[in-house]
Amino acid sequence: MSAEEWQIVWFTAWASALATVLILPLGLATAWLLARHDWSGKSLVETLISLPLVMPPVATGLILLKLLGRRGAVGGFLHDHFDFDLVFTWWGVLLALGVMSFPLLVRSTRVAFEEVNPRLEQIARTLGAGEFRVFCTVTLPLAARGILGGMILAFARALGEFGATIMVAGNIPGKTSTLSLAIFQSVQLGEDAHAFRLLSVSVALAFLAVWISEVLLHRKRSHR
Amino acid sequence: MKLRLNRISLPLAEFPLALDITISEQVTALCGPSGSGKTSLLELITGLRRPKSAFIQLDDQVLTDTAAGVSVPARDRRIGYVPQDLALFPHLSVRRNLLYGHKPESESDAAGLFGFAHVVEVLEVESLTGRNVENLSGGEKQRIALGRALLSSPKLLLLDEPLASLDRALKAKIIPYLTRIRDEFQVPMLLVTHSIEEVFPLCERTIHLERGRVTS
Repeated sequence: MSAEEWQIVWFTAWASALATVLILPLGLATAWLLARHDWSGKSLVETLISLPLVMPPVATGLILLKLLGRRGAVGGFLHDHFDFDLVFTWWGVLLALGVMSFPLLVRSTRVAFEEVNPRLEQIARTLGAGEFRVFCTVTLPLAARGILGGMILAFARALGEFGATIMVAGNIPGKTSTLSLAIFQSVQLGEDAHAFRLLSVSVALAFLAVWISEVLLHRKRSHR
Repeated sequence: MKLRLNRISLPLAEFPLALDITISEQVTALCGPSGSGKTSLLELITGLRRPKSAFIQLDDQVLTDTAAGVSVPARDRRIGYVPQDLALFPHLSVRRNLLYGHKPESESDAAGLFGFAHVVEVLEVESLTGRNVENLSGGEKQRIALGRALLSSPKLLLLDEPLASLDRALKAKIIPYLTRIRDEFQVPMLLVTHSIEEVFPLCERTIHLERGRVTS
């Protein structure tokens, strides 16, 4: 593997990990609200969260591009007031990876929260614990394995992201080029050896992530 | 202790829970057939369930008054609740389960009655404190759940079927602990049972509940 190929691998792994960590607080809060509360409009929120899972990633990317580009509502504001551009930067890569991974994180984490016996949280309240303490000392530790599984799935999804990333961040070598974008470009240019080397790393990383996630879920089931 | 339960109305699956009673005895048994609303009543008192209407007062503190929009959160009620499934925290050791709701500097317990050492001694659980709750027997779990509730310095102790999951030998072992709790801690107890004979020696009053209403 060349230095350039290693740079692509590291950038993809690093950006996927960072995107997963960045979406974690919002993902946990959303999953907890969905698992533990009912409110009007809940099904609408559930649908919106799941949209990136079923929509073509390129379409999600186009929405992000329109919103975050210099002429978009959010992107224009950021450019005019903070001289900050998201699109075609590594921030854009992070955003695309985060948006595409978010539904997977929320779905897995929600299941993990739902599997925590609400009776334990109730008893903690009768023992004088406020909501934050109940969450930190009962809900979170009991759901931890499922949350970790969800994070690994989200990370794996981010590793393979293509459509939204190319729309929002483009494929700028050394700047926004991820594994899948680089594989696509190599195939387009007929650089098969380069593509296959990146493909093997991609398969290995994805296999490892899904395997760890399966092990965690299996352990969770056998502990029940 | 005086527990007023007035204008209680809570829709249940087959019938509404509707009652109006005052409890002032040290130990009261709430009995009746399965599904008569006993557990729902305990959950109303703890604040874990929201009634359609209710006025619940413990001594001079109004816990719930739907007419005035008052509902003290469960965490501030100081009501120890031992549910039928015990609900011990599976990820915490016995010691950490016991200490979960414990406030060592509790002003209301100047005599140290609800101190860790005293509770552990009364319930004879000292040798269990380093263990994992999942490795305990049914009777041991029961004592840990009682200890955990006691260590939160409750003003009232609610026990939901404290003997139901135990065999005859274990039931005989647990009753003396309940008697010691009654005598040494002076905490008023309201305990739910569908078999009054088992707890009869403990209780000063028995309330029969059937289909959500007090029958005697």
